Amino acid sequence: MLTPEERQEIEAELPRYPQKQAVCIDAMKIVQRHRGWVSDESIRDIAELLGMSADDLDGVATFYNLIHRKPVGRHVILLCNSVSCWIMGYERLHQRLCKRLGVQFGETTSDERFTLLPIVCLGTCDHAPALMIGNDLHVDVTPDSMDQVLENYR
Amino acid sequence: MAIIYIDDKPHQADAKQNLLHACLSLGFNLPYFCWHPALGSVGACRQCAVKQFRTPDDKHGHLVMACMIPAVEGTRISIHDPEAVAFRAGIIEGMMQNHPHDCPVCDEGGECHLQDMTVMTGHNYRRYDFPKRTFRNQYLGPFVNHEMNRCIQCYRCVRFYREYAGGNDFNVFGIRNTAYFGRYQDGVLESEFAGNLDEVCPTGVFTDATHKHHYTRKWDLQFAPSVCVHCGLGCNISPGERYGTLRRIVNRYHGDINGYFLCDRGRHGSEFVNSDQRIRQARLRRNGQLQAVSKAEALEHIRQVLTSSSRVIGIGSPRASLEANFALRAAVGERNFFAGIFQRELRLLNRVLDVLRNGLAPAASLREMENSDAVLVLGEDVTNYAPRMALSLRQSVRQGPMAMADKLKIPHWLDHSVRELAQDSKGPLFIASIAATRLDDVASETYHAAPDELARLGFAVAHKLDDNAPAVSGLTLEQTALAERIAQALRSARQPLIVSGLSCHSTAVISAAANIAQALRRTGQPSRVTFTVPECNSVGLALLGGRPLEDAFAAVRNRAADTVIVLENDLYRRASVQDVDALLLGAKHVIVLDHLTNATSTKAELVLPAATFAESDGTLVNNEARAQRFFQTFVPQPDVQESWRWLRDAIIASGRQDFAAWENLDHVIASMAVEVPALAAASKAAPDATFRMSGAKVPRQPERYSGRTAMLANIDLSEPKPPDDPDSPLSFSMEGSPDQPPSPLIPFAWSPGWNSYQAWNKFQEEIAGPLRGGNPGVPLVEAAAQPQQEYVRDVPAPFQPGDGEWLIVPFYHIFGSEELSIHSHGVKQLSPGAYLAMNDKDAERARLRPEDRIEFTIAAISYQAALKVRADLPQGIAAIPAGIEPLQGIQLPDWSRIVRVA
Ligand code: SF4
Ligand code: SF4
Ligand code: FES
Ligand code: FES
Repeated sequence: MLTPEERQEIEAELPRYPQKQAVCIDAMKIVQRHRGWVSDESIRDIAELLGMSADDLDGVATFYNLIHRKPVGRHVILLCNSVSCWIMGYERLHQRLCKRLGVQFGETTSDERFTLLPIVCLGTCDHAPALMIGNDLHVDVTPDSMDQVLENYR
Repeated sequence: MAIIYIDDKPHQADAKQNLLHACLSLGFNLPYFCWHPALGSVGACRQCAVKQFRTPDDKHGHLVMACMIPAVEGTRISIHDPEAVAFRAGIIEGMMQNHPHDCPVCDEGGECHLQDMTVMTGHNYRRYDFPKRTFRNQYLGPFVNHEMNRCIQCYRCVRFYREYAGGNDFNVFGIRNTAYFGRYQDGVLESEFAGNLDEVCPTGVFTDATHKHHYTRKWDLQFAPSVCVHCGLGCNISPGERYGTLRRIVNRYHGDINGYFLCDRGRHGSEFVNSDQRIRQARLRRNGQLQAVSKAEALEHIRQVLTSSSRVIGIGSPRASLEANFALRAAVGERNFFAGIFQRELRLLNRVLDVLRNGLAPAASLREMENSDAVLVLGEDVTNYAPRMALSLRQSVRQGPMAMADKLKIPHWLDHSVRELAQDSKGPLFIASIAATRLDDVASETYHAAPDELARLGFAVAHKLDDNAPAVSGLTLEQTALAERIAQALRSARQPLIVSGLSCHSTAVISAAANIAQALRRTGQPSRVTFTVPECNSVGLALLGGRPLEDAFAAVRNRAADTVIVLENDLYRRASVQDVDALLLGAKHVIVLDHLTNATSTKAELVLPAATFAESDGTLVNNEARAQRFFQTFVPQPDVQESWRWLRDAIIASGRQDFAAWENLDHVIASMAVEVPALAAASKAAPDATFRMSGAKVPRQPERYSGRTAMLANIDLSEPKPPDDPDSPLSFSMEGSPDQPPSPLIPFAWSPGWNSYQAWNKFQEEIAGPLRGGNPGVPLVEAAAQPQQEYVRDVPAPFQPGDGEWLIVPFYHIFGSEELSIHSHGVKQLSPGAYLAMNDKDAERARLRPEDRIEFTIAAISYQAALKVRADLPQGIAAIPAGIEPLQGIQLPDWSRIVRVA
C-alpha cells in the first residue's frame, strides 16, 4: 500500500498533466525516494492509482535503469561507461570497484552499503572518468581517489 | 495502380501500399520480421532493406526499408543489389547472436519464419562465439508457451496483443538486448486472442502449449481445409493430425472472415476429438446396459426398429452438417423432421434470415466490419458469443481517426504514425448491451439495460433517422439523447454498421436493428448489418427448416411418434430434464448419433458413433449465410462414420434400396439441392470429389511427411495403401498435385522457402487480400432487389423490474458456454463455475451477499448457484452463465424469485 505521504505527493502531480498516466514516472520516483526502490506491490498500487495496468507501468519502470525494481544498498554508485570515460580509464575503475566491493554491475554488497550500476554519459566528459554516488558527482576519478571517496559513504 | 521498377523491370503495384507489400504481392521473396500483413509497418527490424534509386541514372542508390516506403509511381528499387543483400544477411546475423541454437527442440522448428528468413538471406554460418543472454520464462496460461531466449525483438507480439487485440496485461519490459516480452507477473493471459501469438511471433517464443503434450512437426501432420465448429462465425481452420489423434488447430487464412486470426476457443477447443468420452463403437442397450456391438448388428437393429415402427421422428442439430441434417430428414420424411431447437430460437433465426433476404442492408463479413466507420452493437456481448467478431470491431474504431491520417497524407499501413496521430481518438462505436462487455474499452459510449430497453433504444435510433419509423414513447431523457447521438454518428458515417444477434433472445432487438438499417436505407445512407448466431450451423438448420423441438416433445407425448432419432444433439443442454426424460423414456425406441457420450446418448437404446468435424466432410452455414465446406482431416477408427453415412445405411436397412445411390457426399449434396432449393447453392461451396489438378488429387500431407513406411510397422511390415477418399478431391497422402489448389481445398499454408504461416502470402491475390480465385464459401441467401419498405411497428413497452422477481437472462462465456470446447482442458480451466449475478443495489435490497448460495426456479424446476454481485447489471435483471453445468436446459429469459438457500 502507498503511504498517505506518497499518495499525497503523487496526487499533487496530477493537475500538471492532461492525463493521469503521464504522472507515472514521477510517481515511481516519489515512491523510490521514500523506499529506495519500487517493489512489485508498489507497481500495482501506483498503476491502480493512475488507471493503468501493472503491465503498462512496469514496461515504463523497466525502461529506465534509474527506477530500481530490486532493493538497493544505502548508496548507489553509478559508474559512467560511455565513450569518454571509457577512453579515460573507466575499465580500471570498474575493475577496482568490483574487486573492492565484491560485486558485479547490478549487485549489492552483502552489508547493503553499496549497489553498483553502469550509467551512460553523465555529461561531464571534460572531466572523465566520472561516477556518481547517490546525488554526488565525482569527476577525474582515479582508482586510488575513488577508494578514498568511498570511505565517505558509510 | 502504379508502375514501379524492381531490378530494372517494370511492375504494377498498389500505390496505396508500401514496397514490401508490393514486392511480396508480386511474388518476390523479400525477408521481413516486424511488418505483418495485418499489423502494418513500423520499420523496426531493418530486415526488409532494399536499394532505392532516385532516377534511372542513379547508379549509387541508397538503402531503404521497403516496408516504410510507399510504392508510388516510378519508384526504382533493387532487391538483388549486393549491398542490400549483404545488409539483410548482416541483420539476420545480428539477430542470431542471441538466438539459441535449439531448432531441433523448438516447437516452431519446421514452420519458423526466422528459419525461413535466415535461409533466405543466406546467413548459414554463425560466427558469434560468446555467451548469449538468457531469460526466465513465464507461465502464461493453458494455451501459450513462453521461451523468451528465442526472441529477436521484432515487437510483433506487443503490437498484436496490445494494439490490435486491446490487451493490457502483456508488455515489453527492459531495454536493449534484454527487452523482455511477457507479463508483469506470471499468470494467464487475459486476451481471448492470446493464442494468435503463436502465429504472430516469427520465432519460437510463443508456441501452442496444448500442442506440446503430443507434439508433431508441421511436416509430419496431415491437414485438411476445415471450418471451426465452436460458434456461428465459421472461421477457417487447418487442423493437423498424426497417429489418429488431432494434434492442433491453426488459422487457415480467409480474406473475408478470420483473416490471420482465430479466437482461443476455436484454436484450442477441439480436444473433444481425442476425448475419452468419444463414442467409437455402436452401443446397443441389452438388459438395461449399453453394450458395444458391431456395425452390422447395429444396422440389423435399426432395420428391426424402422421396419416395425411407422411413427419415426428425427431431431436434427445446429452443430451437425447440412448433409447430416438433410440425411436425417430424408430418413424420417420432411413432416417428421424437427430442427432440434426451440421455436423461440427458430423464430429468431428466421427473423435474421428475413432481414438478410430483404436486402435492407447487405450482411457484413468480418473484414467489412473492420472497415466500418460507425458501429452500433445492439444487444450483443460479441467477445463471448461470436468471439472473432470482437477483434474485427476493435479495428473498426480506427476508421474514424484514419480520416485524420488521410488529411495529412499518412498512409494507413504506416502503423505507428497513424496510431500516434490518432492517440486516444476512436470510434464511433456504441455498445448497447445487457451488461459490460469486453469491448467496452474501445466503445465511445456504452449503455446497459434490459433487452426490451435495448430494443427501444434501437427503435428510437431508427425514428431519429427517419420520422416514418415508429416513434418510441416514454423514453428517458438519457435514452433520447443517446439515440440522437447514435443516429447522428450513423448518419454521418461512410459505412455504418449495425451488429445484433441472438444472444439476448429478443426478436424486438433484432427488429430494432432491422428498423435502423431500413431507416438508413430510406434516407439514402447504405449501411451494413451483422447478426450473431449461436452455433456453427444454426443458419443452415434454419434454412433447411424443420419443426421446433417442443413439437417433437408433444409428438411423443401424444403418441404420434414412438421412435426418435437424435442427431448430434444433447437435448439436456437445451430442454429441461423433465421434458427430455419424457421424450427419451416415452419413446419406444431412441437412436442417438453422436461423437461424445452425453446425457442424451446415455439414455438411448442404440448409439451410433458419429464422426467429428475432423473425421468427416460436410457443409456449415455461418452467420452471414455463407455455406462453407469442411473436409475430413483423418480417417477415424473403423466403426466411426459420418452421420449422413449412418443415416444412409439406416435408410437402406429399412428397405429403401434407392438410397444406395448416395455413394459419396456429392450425391447427398445433389439430392439436397433438388429437395431443398434454399440449399442448392451449397454444392458450389467447394469443388466436388471428381475435381483433379493435372489429373491428381490435392495432398493432405506435406511433401516431407515422414515415417509413412514405419508408422504402422508394429502391426504389419508391409506399408498399407493410403485410405481412399470417395468424398473429396483430397488424398490421405503426400502424393498428389504439387499445384496450388483452389481456395476451399487448401489444407495448409506452405510454399517453397516459406514454411511458416507467412506462406499465406503465396496464396493471395494480393497480400492480405482475397485468396486466389476468391475466398471460400458461397452465399445461400440472395438479398431481394426491391427491399420491402415496411418498418416493424411493435415497439416493446418499457422494462418493468419485477416485484420480488428477476428477469433471468443467460450470459455467454467464450470459455465454458459451448458444448464441445468445454472438453478441452484449457477451456475448462478458464470457464466460470455456476453463478447467478445480480445488480448490487438489488442484492442489497434483497439482503443477499456475494457468494451466498441462492435458488431460482424456472418452469417449476429449482436451480442453485453462488451469487455474484455486479454493478453493471441493470436492476431487475439477473444473469446465469449459459450452458454451464448444472445450469443447463433452462429456457431463458424468464422470470423467477431468487432466495437464499438456508
Ligand atoms: S517474442 Fe516473438 S513476436 Fe515478440 S518480439 Fe520476440 S520474436 Fe518478436
Ligand atoms: S470466433 Fe467462432 S468460429 Fe471463429 S475461431 Fe472462435 S469459435 Fe471458431
Ligand atoms: S562519457 Fe562519462 S561523462 Fe560523458
Ligand atoms: S519488416 Fe521492414 S523494417 Fe521490419
